[in-house]
Amino acid sequence: MEHRNSHPREMRRSERVWAYAALLVMLVLVLAAPLGLAMAQEAPAGAAVEYRDVPGIGSRNLIWIVAQQHLLLAGFVLGVPIFAWVCEIVGVRTKDPRYDKLAKEFTKLLTSAYATTALFGGILLFLLIGLYPKLMNYLTDVFFPSFLVYSALFLLETATLYLYWYGWDAMQGRKKGMHLFLGFLLNVFALFIMIVPNSWATFQTSPVVITESSMWAKAWAATWNPTWWPLNVHRLIANVVLGGFLCGAYAGLKYLMTTSQEERVHYDWMGYVGNFIGVFGMLPLPFAGYWLMREVYQYNQQMGITLMGGFLSWLFILQAMLIGILFLGANYYFWLGIMYRIPGSEPKYRRPILIMLVILLVCLGIWMTPHSLVASLEEARKMGGTHHPLLGVFGVMSAKMTVANLMILVTFMSFIMYWRAGKQETAAWAKAAKAVMGVILGLAAIVIVVLGVWGYFVPAITRIDKFSTTQVLIVLFVLLTVTPLTGLLMKSAKTTTEMVWGVMPARAGYALVLNAVMVILLMTLMGYARSSSRVHWHIYGVMQDTSPYAYSPALGYAAAFMSLNTFLFCLMVAFIFWVASLGGEKKPQQKETRVPVVGAGPVPVVRQ
Amino acid sequence: MKSSSLALKGGILLGAIFLFLKLILPLFTAPLPMSLIWLYLFLTTIGIIVYGTLSGESTEALLGPIFRFLSGEGIEGTTKMARLAVLVLFPLLVGWQTYSGFVPSSQPPSENRTIHPAPPGEFVGLSNPVPNTPDNVMMGKGLYFAYCMPCHGPKFNGNGPASDGFNPQPANFSDPTTIAMLQESYLFWRIKKGGVGLSVEGHPWKSAMPRWEVELSDDQIWKIIMAEYAGAGQKPRTWE
Repeated sequence: MEHRNSHPREMRRSERVWAYAALLVMLVLVLAAPLGLAMAQEAPAGAAVEYRDVPGIGSRNLIWIVAQQHLLLAGFVLGVPIFAWVCEIVGVRTKDPRYDKLAKEFTKLLTSAYATTALFGGILLFLLIGLYPKLMNYLTDVFFPSFLVYSALFLLETATLYLYWYGWDAMQGRKKGMHLFLGFLLNVFALFIMIVPNSWATFQTSPVVITESSMWAKAWAATWNPTWWPLNVHRLIANVVLGGFLCGAYAGLKYLMTTSQEERVHYDWMGYVGNFIGVFGMLPLPFAGYWLMREVYQYNQQMGITLMGGFLSWLFILQAMLIGILFLGANYYFWLGIMYRIPGSEPKYRRPILIMLVILLVCLGIWMTPHSLVASLEEARKMGGTHHPLLGVFGVMSAKMTVANLMILVTFMSFIMYWRAGKQETAAWAKAAKAVMGVILGLAAIVIVVLGVWGYFVPAITRIDKFSTTQVLIVLFVLLTVTPLTGLLMKSAKTTTEMVWGVMPARAGYALVLNAVMVILLMTLMGYARSSSRVHWHIYGVMQDTSPYAYSPALGYAAAFMSLNTFLFCLMVAFIFWVASLGGEKKPQQKETRVPVVGAGPVPVVRQ
Repeated sequence: MKSSSLALKGGILLGAIFLFLKLILPLFTAPLPMSLIWLYLFLTTIGIIVYGTLSGESTEALLGPIFRFLSGEGIEGTTKMARLAVLVLFPLLVGWQTYSGFVPSSQPPSENRTIHPAPPGEFVGLSNPVPNTPDNVMMGKGLYFAYCMPCHGPKFNGNGPASDGFNPQPANFSDPTTIAMLQESYLFWRIKKGGVGLSVEGHPWKSAMPRWEVELSDDQIWKIIMAEYAGAGQKPRTWE
């Protein structure tokens, strides 16, 4: 271990040979792809080509991989500027230089990530034009004006990003306001860059009737389709979550790898900020997802049932598992923070943590219980079908919405507990405020459960429009009242136990990495669900898929592709992190204080 | 809390939950399939690991005894024998599981039937053309009792005199997770096309529902639908 730490960059000769061999194989595969395309079938002379194929991998699979990589990268590229800009503002307001450093560190990643995203976008476009010419002709006919808008936005985004990044140091001090404005512009352009292509994708899902009119009018009508804004909102929030958790994973990895206590303190803090932003984005995300699904259901009953009750419904059980692990991972990280960063806190917080953990697990158990259970013939016979007489009630939306809301409340409570840990309120009204917060939380939980149970006894539309909405509003009310109230309380609170950074165990770093992987898996899973809900249509009900791939792949096959896409994206992000680290500032030559690797034993602490 | 007993407590908790789900719960309701029991045990295990690894002391209390038992450090007597038994039996168990997973069997694979698969496009968005009047509902109930009641029951709860002859049993309309979740057009499809009209994920071979289009007109089917909702005290899913 000591030997490895003292020579971290050394690679044995045999390892180098394997690394070069792997690179060579990848290069050959990349070069072979165009040859594969050249071998593809062509239409008879004079006939329009509708599809081309890629032997071996297949055109659909190739598009699947490239589109998913592009989308994940785009999520990263659009999420990180929001994250960086918010950190920069917090840095200005709190005058804490760590936030500015964090924001800059992540903006540095943007430059290489941005180019990679654009590269994959270009590859995706070429492949779509080449492999699906019929579909692309149709979409171009409808959306051509928005292609122009998109190009213009790209130019503006690129210019703003370069100004934002390269002007960071030059725009400190009095020019900081200008830099913040550039960050704002960057995010505005990024938002539009996201919502313009969203209109193309959502039009494929929920097309609207387009009358013969000018090309701008046609594009405008097609853009305003029923699922456009639900998807915009859902993706915007999801991008913040992705940005936050990727930041957390980056910090977690750096924390695990570093041998310097100073860096360990920095990356521990960075991991906390990343997890915090990821969690706060995650809290409203289920609501946005619910709205999207509601619009899908209302747009077309067949598509809605295919997704939520038909053959794709198993994806939502997987989704429950992934979200559940994400919630558990995020809470676990908060709880570890309380236990390790606030010395002596264990006796006080063990019991509340146990209660929250039990609530989370019970909720997750209900969320993951499917309506139709996987059962052997004998088991199904005993149950009278695949629908259990008692637990079958957990399989429908009323139960799922209730437990999702409760899990959000518990996660929010974890954060509040972390915030208040190690502090003593001094305000005269502290007791009353805590009582009010307790009553708000207790009442909110009771009303959410009551509405959830009541939801079984009212017409579906009452449950969807009234009860579910009320549950969401109750949770938002709790978030919007308890957060500022706690903030006010903490303003005058005195610190009883100093928070210690850089002492988290190795598993905290792994939890951060796990959270990021879960978010990426979730995005690949839901990307597949959204695309597959169109079944054998390129544009639902308008243009049928007549290629040999006009069938829905089996769920196991799809799950393998989701895993592959997650793995490839993780590789790409690791590459981007590595590339960005190459251009880092050279450290001054000084004797570094080495400490044992994380988890190897007690380490010196740094108090802040 | 005696932290040294955390591993033992975790093991007891897992065993207790398994026994409850497998043996006690079936005394009150239908037995749970093993897929669900494994799921709940998996979640319990995650809970034990999360709680047990919150601090350095509890991590040692949870994992220390397990590691010491498996490595054989400082154990003797019956514990030593138990360790040997585990080291021999566990690989055998894995081998047996693998063998049973691959050996040809006459048992059919586990079912994952989708109870409410998506309807075909031509049945999407249809609305009931028959006015919802007391007369029409009454006529629908008459048709229901003539054609549907033997299986779905006089109380619309799937408990008709012939229901015991079917596996799976006929749908219980008074259950809020059946027709109350669906639009009328969905029921129109199910009644008109019957079990054979189901898509593959709905396992058409598992449904004995007749294709009523052979015997009933569309109007009669719509009236039966109104009667089912009225009789079961449910309302169809709508968007208004």
